[in-house]
Amino acid sequence: MKLGKKKSSTLRINSVSPSVNLALNIFFSVYCLMCIAPLVLIFMVSITDQTSLAINGYSFFPSKISFDAYKYLFSDLGKLFRSYGITIFTCVVGTFFCVLFTMLYAYPISRKSFKYRNFFSFFIFFTMLFQGGLVPWYILYTKYLRLQNNLIALIMPAVMNAFYVLVTKTFFSINIPDSVLEAARIDGASEFRIFWQIVIPMSTPVIATIALFSSLNYWNDWYLCLLYINDPKYYNLQYSMYQALRSLQFLTSSLASASGNVSSSLANVPGETLRMAMAILGIGPIVFAYPFFQRYFIKGLTIGAVKG
Amino acid sequence: MPESVNITPDANVVAETAPNKKPIWKRSKFLKELSTNKALFLMMLPPFLLIFVNYYLPMFGVIIAFKNFNYVDGFLRSPWAGLQNFRFLFMSDAAWRITRNTILYNLAFIALGLIFALLFALALNELTSRLAAKFYQSVIFLPYFLSWVVVAYLVLAFLDPNGFYNKTLTKILHLPTVDWYASPQYWPFILVIVNLWKNVGYGIVIYTSGIAGIDPEYYEAAVLDGATKLQQIRYITIPFLVPFMIVTTIINLGNIFRSDFGLFYQVPMQQGLLAPTTEVLDTYIYKALIMTGDLGMSSAAGLYQSVVGFFTVLFANWAVSKISPENRIF
Repeated sequence: MKLGKKKSSTLRINSVSPSVNLALNIFFSVYCLMCIAPLVLIFMVSITDQTSLAINGYSFFPSKISFDAYKYLFSDLGKLFRSYGITIFTCVVGTFFCVLFTMLYAYPISRKSFKYRNFFSFFIFFTMLFQGGLVPWYILYTKYLRLQNNLIALIMPAVMNAFYVLVTKTFFSINIPDSVLEAARIDGASEFRIFWQIVIPMSTPVIATIALFSSLNYWNDWYLCLLYINDPKYYNLQYSMYQALRSLQFLTSSLASASGNVSSSLANVPGETLRMAMAILGIGPIVFAYPFFQRYFIKGLTIGAVKG
Repeated sequence: MPESVNITPDANVVAETAPNKKPIWKRSKFLKELSTNKALFLMMLPPFLLIFVNYYLPMFGVIIAFKNFNYVDGFLRSPWAGLQNFRFLFMSDAAWRITRNTILYNLAFIALGLIFALLFALALNELTSRLAAKFYQSVIFLPYFLSWVVVAYLVLAFLDPNGFYNKTLTKILHLPTVDWYASPQYWPFILVIVNLWKNVGYGIVIYTSGIAGIDPEYYEAAVLDGATKLQQIRYITIPFLVPFMIVTTIINLGNIFRSDFGLFYQVPMQQGLLAPTTEVLDTYIYKALIMTGDLGMSSAAGLYQSVVGFFTVLFANWAVSKISPENRIF
């Protein structure tokens, strides 16, 4: 107690002067504003009236507010719901397999009684050092596995990740003592039972971490969709947003080059506010969930910082 | 003896030199381990197969860089082309440009990422209110969680001909309008800023956890000796973080041949005019594969990236093992 008191008083003496503290606070407030401002701008554009947007351009303070873009989006919910559905499905299924397979692979290679653990550790680790690259991978998936326009192509590539496996392996070898496993074995528990009833319940922190990393990864994925999906039925959320961005982009760049005038802009092209509304509906869930999961993410990163 | 068909050559040797009546699976070391630990093997079989298919089959597939690949004949039966694909690649001016871009961008990201993450973490650590520090850190971390598609939207909202810069900032600050998406000279700065904006939060978390690990007694002793705040940072905090900075930097340098596809593909919105300053190895490989269908070029560029990247990682690890052996990766 005495020590704690002493510590805090030293800390108070040792803190920066009020003026420096104020300056730092101002700096960080401004920087934080810069982190949020772009999101606010997008939101403001999405609720701006299309014609006033064409005249005044993008602004934080729309001169005329209109929710037409959202009304339009909500009148044609099918497409939006579908892409949400695809994203949620891949996110749930992918994260489930990611956690399960990572545990299944990491557990044996964390066991000292397993003779080939070094070989199997290296087998996954080597994938961090050397990759075959995009071209053979793409040909394998399209020509040999025939996964084009198949949801498996959106899930399978991100299930196994060397980094997750090494983090989980380290977690197992630090947090699950051999004596516990030995005791279970003497009591006659089978390996599978030990895995389900002892290892899994003891690993909730690392499971939460992997699940969080993995679901964020699936939620934000557009790359796999870009490579393997060309049927709009299977577009996920991010990829639909990308398409919305691109098709208008295509229009604007052809308009600009036709008139040869930079500032002629996309004034008359309808749907700019629509596009931004789409973006807001895509960004929304992450921003709302963020305050709840970011703490765990930071914790998870510190677990991950342990050498694999 | 039907079992002998499937056993490894190694087990055959054992069988010949030690003829006894034990069943075959007890004589081979591997099969013995397989039988004692069959549950463990069974557990790792599904993930093992997935790793094999997803990572190892493409590794064997790199031979297509030496082939005149066509989809009908596939990996194995396509005719060999020797080094022709590489000759075409390195004779084109693209090879030099994409290599230069990849390396320069990565150098900028590594240097500025380190400096900004460190400065921010140090400054956050000095704030009097812990609550405010936590809040700032959370907000700065937010962009890290946005996908590159979203970031492309955000950048567009600022830089579009009708965007915030051209319609609002130009009026307030009397700046000239700029057609950003047709002006390649600005993009090195834009991409570096965007990348910093998105990723600095991650670096801050790492450095903050490093700072949190420093024993407060060092600072107490320093205060008793009359050290100023800057002196404490200079002589206690930084030296504690130096090994960590070196290791992170070397590992990042090991990945200098790889780049974040999303940043270079999404943020410049695939504008052809911007290619000279925004095209990197990964986007080049993608474009050659999907858009122009030039499998020879793209597979050659892919193998070039994989092999050089492999050696830079090995070299980086060797360097780490010399400087601080406990931090080497393998």
